[in-house]
Amino acid sequence: MILEARDVTFYYPGRRKTPILENFSMTVEDGERVGLKAPSGRGKTTLCRLLAGYEKPRKGEILLDGRLLSGHKGACPVQMVWQHPETVVDPLLRLRDTLAEAGGIDPELTEKLHIEEGWMERFPSELSGGELQRFCLARALIPGTRFLLCDEISAMLDLVTQAQIWNFLLEESEKRNLGLLIVSHNEALMERLCTRIVELPWKKVV
Amino acid sequence: MRLCENEQQKRRDEGGTGRNRKMRIPRVKEPNRRKSTIFFLFAAVLFLAAVTVAGILLEGRAAETDFTRTNLAPGPGCLFGTDWMGRDMFARTLAGLSLSIRIGILTAAVSAVIALLAGTAAAVLGRKADAVISWCIDLVMGIPHILLVMLISIACGRGFTGVVAGVALSHWCSLARVIRGEVIQLCQAPYILVAEKLGASKLQNVRRHMIPHLLPQFLTGLILLFPHAILHEASVTFLGFGLSSEQPAIGVILSESMQYLTTGRWWLALFPGISLALTVLLFAILGERLRLLLDPASIHE
Repeated sequence: MILEARDVTFYYPGRRKTPILENFSMTVEDGERVGLKAPSGRGKTTLCRLLAGYEKPRKGEILLDGRLLSGHKGACPVQMVWQHPETVVDPLLRLRDTLAEAGGIDPELTEKLHIEEGWMERFPSELSGGELQRFCLARALIPGTRFLLCDEISAMLDLVTQAQIWNFLLEESEKRNLGLLIVSHNEALMERLCTRIVELPWKKVV
Repeated sequence: MRLCENEQQKRRDEGGTGRNRKMRIPRVKEPNRRKSTIFFLFAAVLFLAAVTVAGILLEGRAAETDFTRTNLAPGPGCLFGTDWMGRDMFARTLAGLSLSIRIGILTAAVSAVIALLAGTAAAVLGRKADAVISWCIDLVMGIPHILLVMLISIACGRGFTGVVAGVALSHWCSLARVIRGEVIQLCQAPYILVAEKLGASKLQNVRRHMIPHLLPQFLTGLILLFPHAILHEASVTFLGFGLSSEQPAIGVILSESMQYLTTGRWWLALFPGISLALTVLLFAILGERLRLLLDPASIHE
């Protein structure tokens, strides 16, 4: 499988004159680990949102194996793990119910990510950011996931947990032939993990 | 400050270490606010239901005239006194309150449903629908309530239908605004977008995420509509644009009693007025308590 952004232009509403991405193209293939590098505010998260189908490009297209990603029905093969995990779980639902929505969790994943059974009865506000992030990561790895976009997922974690998570992702991507897009400011990490590094083009500052 | 120091000195003199001093502070057992609120909610609903039922049962007695005992001051025989036709004011007040509550429930429910539909439509149906509905909200909000209720009531032929239509059609705006904002926010909520990507259908999202978030707002909005509805019903009736004078409404009682106030029959207006105010207050506190119960974080706002 191949995930492709082709000539994508995107601007947020009312900012037509300063597009955040202009005629941008990139691909992520199966089993590939692509690092995405750019200074703050240059559109890394926007690109992730576009590739995962949360936003539609104003021009150009996002293709999955040559077909439009937006035409895909049901669970999406491209999943994203967000920088702020507390925004992506319903604050009113217990984690068990949030998880039921994604069709449960693989017990192997819970063990590897050190997710405790006791969390399931809790509400998101009763977990720490790191715990919630690991939960979100496990949730994003539903069986149908082929591409995982990691948007600064380890920024709030301590170094040991960071190492655990990245080791886990490395292993998982090799095992499942998962395509990874890794956004991070940690260059050493990207050097070590990624098979390829993409830099977002410099934007003219108006 | 000085006193405080003295106090501390005294305690030190008593030989208490810091730790002991701390322990000497009497522990106030805080009442569980949640439990007391739930208890209060039950009691209030029960009381209002009792008034409603009693009023319906007493409607016959409220209309009974007895010219042997006209204009009696409040006393053991008749709690709220009697009027110039010998009607028992206690029965009339209860019947009036009951009618007010029933009209209040009906109009608040109709208003809330209008608000829900208008608010959701404004949020979901795109920019043009939003502009039209928001304009309607501003329009209705821009006209003073009482004036609008009077106009609609007259247009609908006064009486029961007139009052219900008037109050229901003028009270939906603020709740509609709240619901519109809430739905717009929910449609953009990342956790709903993520759920969609994980394979949840639109219907599942509405049921699992949207309704639980909207329901508290809707319920409290609904209950906070009651006091408005009741007050406006009574005031429109008082002004003569609402319920007809045969009906035992609080507004009718109050406007009739105005003629007798100057002759010293204070009880004709006082007790019905106080009962109305208490009922309205009870509804208002009920709504406020329910809001806190359903949305505890709002206490910080």
